Amino acid sequence: MSGTRISARFDRLKSENRSGLVTFITAGDPDRGTSQSILDALPGAGADLIELGMPFSDPMADGPAIQAASLRALENGANMKQTLEMVASFRKNDAQTPVILMGYYNPIYAYGPEKFMADAKSAGVDGLIVVDLPPEETELQQPVKAAGLDFIYLTAPTTGDDRLPLVAEHAGGFIYHVSITGITGTKSASAGAVETAVERIRRHTGLPIAVGFGIRTPAQAAEIGRFANAVVVGSALVSRIEENLNGGGAASGACRDAVLGLVRDLAGGLKS
Amino acid sequence: MTKPNTYQRGPDSDGHFGIYGGRYVAETLMPLILDVERAYDEARNDPAFRAELGSYLTSYVGRPTPLYLAERLTEQLGGARIYFKREDLNHTGAHKINNCMGQILLAKRMGKRRIIAETGAGQHGVATATVCALFGLECVVYMGEVDIERQAPNVFRMKMLGAEVRPVTSGSGTLKDAMNDALRDWVARVEDTYYLIGTVAGPHPYPTMVRDYQSVIGEETKAQINEIEGRNPDTLLACIGGGSNAIGMFHPFLDDDGVRIIAVEASGEGIETGRHAASLTAGKPGVLHGNRTYLLQDGDGQITEAHSISAGLDYPGIGPEHAWLHDIGRVEYVSIRDDEAVDAFQLCTEAEGIIPALESAHAVAHAVKIAPGLAPDHLMVINMSGRGDKDLESVGAYLKARGS
Repeated sequence: MSGTRISARFDRLKSENRSGLVTFITAGDPDRGTSQSILDALPGAGADLIELGMPFSDPMADGPAIQAASLRALENGANMKQTLEMVASFRKNDAQTPVILMGYYNPIYAYGPEKFMADAKSAGVDGLIVVDLPPEETELQQPVKAAGLDFIYLTAPTTGDDRLPLVAEHAGGFIYHVSITGITGTKSASAGAVETAVERIRRHTGLPIAVGFGIRTPAQAAEIGRFANAVVVGSALVSRIEENLNGGGAASGACRDAVLGLVRDLAGGLKS
Repeated sequence: MTKPNTYQRGPDSDGHFGIYGGRYVAETLMPLILDVERAYDEARNDPAFRAELGSYLTSYVGRPTPLYLAERLTEQLGGARIYFKREDLNHTGAHKINNCMGQILLAKRMGKRRIIAETGAGQHGVATATVCALFGLECVVYMGEVDIERQAPNVFRMKMLGAEVRPVTSGSGTLKDAMNDALRDWVARVEDTYYLIGTVAGPHPYPTMVRDYQSVIGEETKAQINEIEGRNPDTLLACIGGGSNAIGMFHPFLDDDGVRIIAVEASGEGIETGRHAASLTAGKPGVLHGNRTYLLQDGDGQITEAHSISAGLDYPGIGPEHAWLHDIGRVEYVSIRDDEAVDAFQLCTEAEGIIPALESAHAVAHAVKIAPGLAPDHLMVINMSGRGDKDLESVGAYLKARGS
């Protein structure tokens, strides 16, 4: 699809000859106000694309850091409507940074898929990653397309050459390559193995490839950024939130800046 | 809705029972799920595999289990003629091993060396640990910390059998959380690990595969009741959490007109209290753990915690085939509260000298409600899915708190 915020952003990264930084935070973590203030400041700190996690009670593909983030958000009243309101609020001051919602299917199903896609589009969302909807489960593809959103699919080390054409056929925006077999925020793959995988995926698609899971430091980001179109950092940022909560579980004054500081360092790593 | 020609053909090739079922898993797992499906299809069509399974079911599990006429219970309730299908007499004390035996042979056939499982009451964990000991395979069982506390005897059994029991502290610390952690483990250890799911839930092919391995219950029941009484039963009763003992009993009878089929959910402290595990009675369709089915959830699609005195029924979902059978009306789904189940537990123990699992006591409790109103020639079969030794402590604590 041309003319979307996502394609425009990857075009710009290409013209600047660099890999992009995709940052993940969970919407409403630890509370709406703090989360909104972090979200609004991400582009200024160096995020090229934003993934916003939709909190879910049972995040099966996530490690302890993002599980805890979901729980914090839900305990503080997060829900799907609030997540969309956060995007709409972000869009008032940023018309260009792509925002991708990432999460699990059930809250979308409960909201009503058609209505959710329409509301997401009008809030300013650009794409969707639904972790537990492989391309075989096709029911959301039409509503996503009808709303003019990109359906971003995951590939994994276990995704063989026999499956890649199916993933590529349905994918929009970019491919999100999960670099490890595992949950978020646990282990890291060797850059060599990831590079081989990215080359393999490129033989099946012309879409940009973002690599995530297990990238925590500016050095790791820079290494993966040599061959990936973008790198995704999530658990490391979410952990910064967790490390900056006061005894009652509320954000301390340093919380926002701790997250943004890491975003700046990661972005610096990718630009150097 | 028009009546299908058969209720037994499902699912379709992608694992859907009507709108339920499917394969809602992360991409990392998808190729593995497809591998399991291929391996299962090959195995079930392989006479050597079937013969090996049959041999273990006979000589190791102890099948066929008896169909027992519960004369004193029949007399006391004063209505229907009540039989128990004695799954409690299986090795390890519950129906769970029927499925474990099938899946462990499949895992071996696939060359897997490490087995993971989730467990609620611990019956499935014990059965899994048992078959892993039998074949010398590494075994890791995920169990909610709440369940570890209320099912201590089973935890000890699993450890004695050589399994590692990993406490699950996330969420409500019960069965659904154990399943989340087992899925997380599987994603991280895809190359050598087989996930041995204990109920008819999860992504396709698990709901079908587990049903097929449990259908031996209904097949034997059908042959036995026809041998004893010369005809099919009038009513089948089984408790239902995820639904494996129920579907195992029901499936061979689904196309038999005239057999009334009733599944009993756990309504915990009462549906109106919100503290229950009755997914069909009080839930709505959603997607969790790889399949679409009825789930306990709030308006935002967040899964809510289930509650039951019986750890084995304490799950906020139900197998997708049950969701379909519910919608088309072939099976009736009712519910029984904790207090009713405990009363039935005592009644069954005193009248028959059979201590039922608290899960199975839910089915007995529904028989207590309906049997008195039925004719003496009405044949009722209750699936006695497990034995209740593991529950003595829970029941004792409950009775003490109730002051009876």
